[in-house]
Amino acid sequence: MDETVAEYIRRTVLKIPRDKIKMMLQKWGFLSEAQLQTLNFHQIKDNISQEVVQLCEENSAGIKQAAALDIIYNHIYQNKRMWSVYQMKKSGEELEYFDITDFKKKFKRRLRSALKNVTITFKEYEDNAIWIRVAWGTPYKKPNQYKPSYVVYHSQTPYVFISASVLKSNMPLLCQALIVASSYHDICEMELRSHCLNSLKDIVFKRYSQNFQTYATKPLQGGNVEPENADIRIVQENRSEKERIHRVNQEVFGSGPLPKLEFAQYRLETMFKSDPKMDVLDKKEPFRCLVKFSSPHLLESLKSLASAGMADAPLSPLLTCIPHKARNYFKIREKKGLFPESFVSP
Amino acid sequence: HLATSLPLPSERDHLRPRIDLVVFMIDIKSKYSLKNVETSLAHVDASFFLGKVCFLVTGVGRVNACSIETNAICKLGEAYCSPVLFCELELEGIRVATAQRLLRMLRICAGHIPGVSALSFVSLMRNSDDD
Repeated sequence: MDETVAEYIRRTVLKIPRDKIKMMLQKWGFLSEAQLQTLNFHQIKDNISQEVVQLCEENSAGIKQAAALDIIYNHIYQNKRMWSVYQMKKSGEELEYFDITDFKKKFKRRLRSALKNVTITFKEYEDNAIWIRVAWGTPYKKPNQYKPSYVVYHSQTPYVFISASVLKSNMPLLCQALIVASSYHDICEMELRSHCLNSLKDIVFKRYSQNFQTYATKPLQGGNVEPENADIRIVQENRSEKERIHRVNQEVFGSGPLPKLEFAQYRLETMFKSDPKMDVLDKKEPFRCLVKFSSPHLLESLKSLASAGMADAPLSPLLTCIPHKARNYFKIREKKGLFPESFVSP
Repeated sequence: HLATSLPLPSERDHLRPRIDLVVFMIDIKSKYSLKNVETSLAHVDASFFLGKVCFLVTGVGRVNACSIETNAICKLGEAYCSPVLFCELELEGIRVATAQRLLRMLRICAGHIPGVSALSFVSLMRNSDDD
């Protein structure tokens, strides 16, 4: 077995938490049950990984099998990576029958015709997701297995989720191969990024519960916003305001769980507005500024801002449009016209 | 009675008993909270500021998250001649102790303690330099 393959397998096993190693090796299916029985999972990981490499040696593991183990690891720990969303565009309305073998063949052919030294691995999952792992090399160097790119493609949708490796120069090649293989004619990057892959899918596939705007001015009286206060001696003076905030939140955010995003970024290219007497920045140039909101769960925290008393409801549409505009990176420019408000660029 | 800001909604005026003590809660982690209190203060009748108003600053346990300077709050207390209490609601012991302090103040403001009235708080607030 190749030295580099052995080392790669050893390092992959080391990444796995000790109590999950057995499960992952079983999922991998490369080592037989009998071989797995011989492994002692109660020793330090260093030793476990050495033993695994030895067993792989017996089975003559190659880079293909090592890459398969890596996909399994990254599928389970998908939230450790940063994912970007790309949308593919078709020129016409032809609904072509999707053939997975054809897709794989075209993808490999396109990629290999441009770059000989690549490792390409596919794995399909039950939710119609096709995972593709690509390790990149150069015309003179073998592929670097430690910095692969991952692509997740749901064949019935025009969306592709990509977790690129640091080598950004390979992106155009990857995109080309994707559109050729899936018979689309263009691909473009959406302004939507997050660590939580499922949440990105929820947003673009519209799988989260969205509330539709209701035109009733006031809800029927008697709906209780929160569970009855156990202590009737406490009187809430602003009950109607609390109910209004709750209603506005429901309209904007819906009542189900929200997709998990970690940040929203607004790049401002607006003019600095100040008291003319202050004479600050009299240059007529846009004031460049970056505003970034981060949170373990951005949308949930935005939803609770008004009820926590930290902001007025309704929130600015710049914040609330994030899920249905499917973007969390914005560029705000000055709107030239009657209204001096800012204009969000597409 | 709990309210998020003043003035109180007028539709409940007839249901409200006499107000003996107004406690303004300021969350030291939120500038919005201080601004809210400052605007609400304008709606309080001047007679309340003779000992029937108190400022309660919460969240002081989380030193890293302070957004408001204690200096600003103490100045507010001085400007309105009202005591400022600091507490951390997340710690049960401090929460209970603060509640007991407020209750003692309330009993005095409501006139339940003979010989002591709300005006005593005002005289205790006086800076020793003033005299």
